[in-house]
Amino acid sequence: MFDQPESFVTSDGRTIGGVMMEMKNITLRFGGVVAIQDISFDIREGEIRAIIGPNGAGKSSMLNVISGFYNPQEGEVWYKGERRPSMKPFEVARQGIARTFQNIALFEGMSVLDNVMTGRLNHMKAGILSQAFWYGSAQREETENREVVERVLDFLEIQHIRKTPVSRLPYGLKKRVELARALAADPKILLLDEPMAGMNVEEKEDMSRFILDVNDEFGTTIALIEHDMSVVMDISDRVVVMDYGKKIGDGTPKDVRSNQAVIDAYLGVAHD
Amino acid sequence: MFPDQFLFGVEVMLNGLMAGVLYALVALGFVLIFKASGIFNYAQGVMALFGALTLVGIMDGQVPFAHLINSVFGTDVHHFGWHVPAFLSILLVMVVMVGLAWCVQHFIFRHLVGQEPIILFMATIGLAYFMEGFGDMMWNSEIKKLDIGIPQGGSMWIEEATSFLGGTNFYGFFIDKLEIVASLVAIVLVIVLVAFAQYTKQGRAMRAVADDHQAALSVGISLSFIWVLVWSLAGFVALVAGIMWGAKSGVQFSLSLIALKALPVLMLGGFTSIPGAIVGGLIVGVGEKLFEFLIGAPFLGGATENWFAYMLALVFLVFRPQGLFGEKIIERV
Repeated sequence: MFDQPESFVTSDGRTIGGVMMEMKNITLRFGGVVAIQDISFDIREGEIRAIIGPNGAGKSSMLNVISGFYNPQEGEVWYKGERRPSMKPFEVARQGIARTFQNIALFEGMSVLDNVMTGRLNHMKAGILSQAFWYGSAQREETENREVVERVLDFLEIQHIRKTPVSRLPYGLKKRVELARALAADPKILLLDEPMAGMNVEEKEDMSRFILDVNDEFGTTIALIEHDMSVVMDISDRVVVMDYGKKIGDGTPKDVRSNQAVIDAYLGVAHD
Repeated sequence: MFPDQFLFGVEVMLNGLMAGVLYALVALGFVLIFKASGIFNYAQGVMALFGALTLVGIMDGQVPFAHLINSVFGTDVHHFGWHVPAFLSILLVMVVMVGLAWCVQHFIFRHLVGQEPIILFMATIGLAYFMEGFGDMMWNSEIKKLDIGIPQGGSMWIEEATSFLGGTNFYGFFIDKLEIVASLVAIVLVIVLVAFAQYTKQGRAMRAVADDHQAALSVGISLSFIWVLVWSLAGFVALVAGIMWGAKSGVQFSLSLIALKALPVLMLGGFTSIPGAIVGGLIVGVGEKLFEFLIGAPFLGGATENWFAYMLALVFLVFRPQGLFGEKIIERV
């Protein structure tokens, strides 16, 4: 199904569209260290795309390339059919690519509600004067954005902690608030950096459910990174497997699971 | 009736409050920049001076760089011969302050992203001396009178209304009208700033940047825009402080030294707290005047105002290093 360029409907009734983002021959180096070596893959509209690999495989670097935190030395990033010039992270975010971080980057001093509201910043267009006197577009915008945020809070079941300062929340909830903030931006592509890292089984199940629900409900394209293979296989449509900065597998979870190179990378292989 | 001595004490305290407002204003400028970018801006006081100098220059129609122009072209120009109304001049200086903020970001701090705090601090020292020299070259170094129409002199109304409190030797509280205006302006300024930070898109982005740079980037906030914004705001605050200070004691280069008084204020209030800057400023203002009145002048030979604030800051550093309102410093081991 994924080999056809046009959109199609999956067995569970979701629509997968054409290619939304394409990485072409990306190479990223830090000094002499090659973090990513000549990797190409694409992300299609509406799918859940996972990037997996053992620690140090270059997954996070890849996510940072997509979100503009790193600029690769070689290769091209194509987004919505256009080549993306080298961009700053905030410019990438303004193009509709939202992300979360492995080591949670929330605004610790603000409440949950304020944190999630920052996700709406790029949807606010009212001028400073209009905001100052609280009339017309500013007032309308604030109300609209507030509604979106409340829906997201509701959806992720964190309504009850909306006024709580983020610094007081436990780890699992912080992860969810971060997801809420990214989701509030109404992103075209949602990038999740190890959304389940450091979670217990129950929290992992919750997070998996939310990721599936977000994709299902809003049709959001999701690219996520995980090193826990089992969770990823259950929720993603297609998987890129990385090891030592190289791509060693790419395909549906079923394909990838039976790929010998992937099995070797994960289980280790005897060198003789 | 109250004893005269007590009433004089109250008057000293009131005057201390008024002086404290100005300290608070300068400290506020520090806090704005420090919160958003981690830069301790040594040049805050010079910004106040520069703002006041530019204001006088524009109002009086001074030719900028007159000395330079005259020595290069052999001319003898000093004034354009016009006077610009105060209100319009203030607006123009605000534009200049925004321009200054942009230059500071574009030519200095853009190149120092990710550097150690001490490097950033050194850069602001360089900036301070550059601006002092530049201001001197642009508007020359005479002491200038700044009159934007703020009433001055003791308020007769307050004196008359309060004279009944004491005996025959007490003529009522002497409070300078200028200082009353300064306090009102400062209060309005703080309210506007807080409302801006809380309720506008840019303010929200500003708070986000102050909290976490990486997270701010990921929601699409341009750090350099926010930095220009906070330097502009700090510039406006400096301008207000510069106008008040300049109206009181003339625009002179010692104005930049008030920045140093803001240091103990920050030690008291905490470097990251806007209410802290205000309360700290008031405490220092009242504290140094009262100390001089009660202990300094009678027992220590006076002139304690020069060092009292620093002593107070030292005590705070020992017993409460994060200041009154600063976040508690917890180091995870």
